[in-house]
Amino acid sequence: MKNKKAITFVVAILSAVFLLAGCGSDDDASGSSGDNKTVKFMHLWPEGSSKTHNEIVDEIIADFEAEHEGVEVELEVLSNEQYKDKIQVLSTSDELPDVGMTWAAGYLEPYVDGNKFAPLDDLIESDLKDEFVSGTAEAYAIDGSTYGLPLELNIATVFYNKAIFEEYGLEAPGTYEELQQVIETLNDNGVPPIALGNKDRWTGSLWYMYLADRIGGSDVLTNAINRSGSFEDPALVEAADKVQELVSADAFVKGFNGLADEEAKSMFMNEQAAMYLIATWDLPNYTTNEDVPQEFRDSVGYFNFPTVGGQGDMNSFVGGPGVGLFVAEDSEVKEEAKAFASFFVQQWGEKSVTQAGVIPATKLDAESLDLPQMYVDVLDDLNSASNLTLFADVQMSPDTAQVHLDMIQAIFGNEVTPEEFAKEHEDALSAEE
Amino acid sequence: MGLNVMNKVMSNKWIIALYVLPALILIAILIFIPLLLTGYYGLMDWDGIGAMEFIGLENYITALQDLKFWESAWHSFLLAIFSTLSLILYLAISLILASKIKGADLLRKIYLIPMLLSSVAIAQLWIKVYNPSNGMLNHILMAIGIENPPAWLAEPSIVLYAIFIPILWQYAGFYILIYYAALKNIPESIIEAARIDGASPIQIAYRIKLPLIMGVVKVTVVLAIVGSLKYFDLIYVMTGGGPNGASEVMASYMYKLAFTSNDFGYGSAIGFLLLIITLIVTVIVRKVTATKEEIQY
Repeated sequence: MKNKKAITFVVAILSAVFLLAGCGSDDDASGSSGDNKTVKFMHLWPEGSSKTHNEIVDEIIADFEAEHEGVEVELEVLSNEQYKDKIQVLSTSDELPDVGMTWAAGYLEPYVDGNKFAPLDDLIESDLKDEFVSGTAEAYAIDGSTYGLPLELNIATVFYNKAIFEEYGLEAPGTYEELQQVIETLNDNGVPPIALGNKDRWTGSLWYMYLADRIGGSDVLTNAINRSGSFEDPALVEAADKVQELVSADAFVKGFNGLADEEAKSMFMNEQAAMYLIATWDLPNYTTNEDVPQEFRDSVGYFNFPTVGGQGDMNSFVGGPGVGLFVAEDSEVKEEAKAFASFFVQQWGEKSVTQAGVIPATKLDAESLDLPQMYVDVLDDLNSASNLTLFADVQMSPDTAQVHLDMIQAIFGNEVTPEEFAKEHEDALSAEE
Repeated sequence: MGLNVMNKVMSNKWIIALYVLPALILIAILIFIPLLLTGYYGLMDWDGIGAMEFIGLENYITALQDLKFWESAWHSFLLAIFSTLSLILYLAISLILASKIKGADLLRKIYLIPMLLSSVAIAQLWIKVYNPSNGMLNHILMAIGIENPPAWLAEPSIVLYAIFIPILWQYAGFYILIYYAALKNIPESIIEAARIDGASPIQIAYRIKLPLIMGVVKVTVVLAIVGSLKYFDLIYVMTGGGPNGASEVMASYMYKLAFTSNDFGYGSAIGFLLLIITLIVTVIVRKVTATKEEIQY
């Protein structure tokens, strides 16, 4: 009897010790002790604001852990802006997660220069060969190596509330002049025409980019940024002028410069504004998201950004790959991290289409999938797209992007003239050369 | 006997050093070393991610010529001025609360509530209050007949003051609590004596209570000014310093440079300048408010 007690006691002590030891090694950066490895993964789709995305991620992680015994994925989830801040702080203190999310082009550069992200060419040439839509993985390439695996492909279009349009006998505008008419009619009837949350600034940038694209053609902005052109190009000045024309016509909701994009979105979704220019990452809200009332989802349509003064190609889009996965160069479990990233991309494609209604950057067979009509239409548009201009703040270096974004707020707020707007850009861009 | 041992221990300098050491090490690691490092990073051209390059005082020179920096410094000073002026109001409230009025206890607790909320919650609350079309404030303004109330957080000329209000509101309870405690500390006998001599309540407040808590008032002035100069939270959440820098303060500008523009070296230089400015102001305020003698009850 006594013996039994003693044995139980010893077992209890031992298991406690093992438990503690287990905890200890878990804390150890990215625990690679023994046969249990932990891959730390950070993403930016919290349950509250991106429910379906969040669920898909959880599914993929569960599948991955089932297939790869001994590998565990540790999650951290933040919302978009907080994520951007945190990833920067973490990289400064050399504590990047093993796998995380990054944006393309200009955003990526400092991380690549600082040797923070691992090149992923081997994955792209083996596991993921021919998986990506052309032009997407390339946006993550710097000096011939690719540092990110794109997940999404987004194009910005103008979503509009068909019910409101119908009520006032309006039709989706095909030209800037028609858009002005629509704005006037809506204003006459007391409906704020366009939801815009320009506190976040890239939202206003979309409007400016499209105007520039329609007025000066699809290359004018890209050329100004890559320095084969100038930002003081008349088309870029005129686009800024058009922005102010829209502002003075009260095209945007009141106080847009102080509103966050989320606030603008909720105005559109509460039918307090008739139009909303945003990229296709928002499609689920208008198609599959069960949390949004069916009636509202049915009333949303979209149109491509109109031509301006008879100029411009309506099949030229602002957009590009959204977030992609990176693998940290300093990861202690790099092999597992790469395997996870590759697994994630392959699983993400079809799941994101069918469950979240997001356009993945991987190729897919749309015919074989049962998709909402709006999604099929967007895919069609994408197939006939003549050009895709990457978001300006992503194309630029972080430093210049700040100038651009501040200037966007200033031009929308009538604080600068179009000429000053162009000059500030030109100065910042040429200072970098 | 206990006292004897105590004296013995305390007379040994080594032992004193030993007792002070843990706290000193903590403060050094958490405060002084990072401070010096910030100054050092300010000498670098560094994006916060890649390699550093020593560029001497260039960042500091650029900062001194940077209009945006001085503009944000001006906003910080404005906040400091408003915070200091608001202390008068808090003092008045505390004088009333401490004079045994009915419900003082409840009121004191109500004033304390904002202090219990986190800055982000306060920011979210006031973003909703200020919302141009759905906000409480504009609804009230429209209800009383103002047709086109401003978009508080979007107008460059208003936004700064619109944010000052929740900032001042946030700290009201803190200062009221301090003043209240100081006023309660004044011996009743002094007040009683004044009353017998025929002093009016206002005279008692001005001539007796105020001079007696002057030491506390000076501390709160320093706290309010220093706190304002390095203020960050609500501004970051409510406007991010926008629109186009209209509500930028020194700390938010520093943050933006270091973490959004990826200019860690320059951001650090601004941070170090912020420290120096705060130090200088603190010294000046202490000099100005210095008294020859401390009042003893």
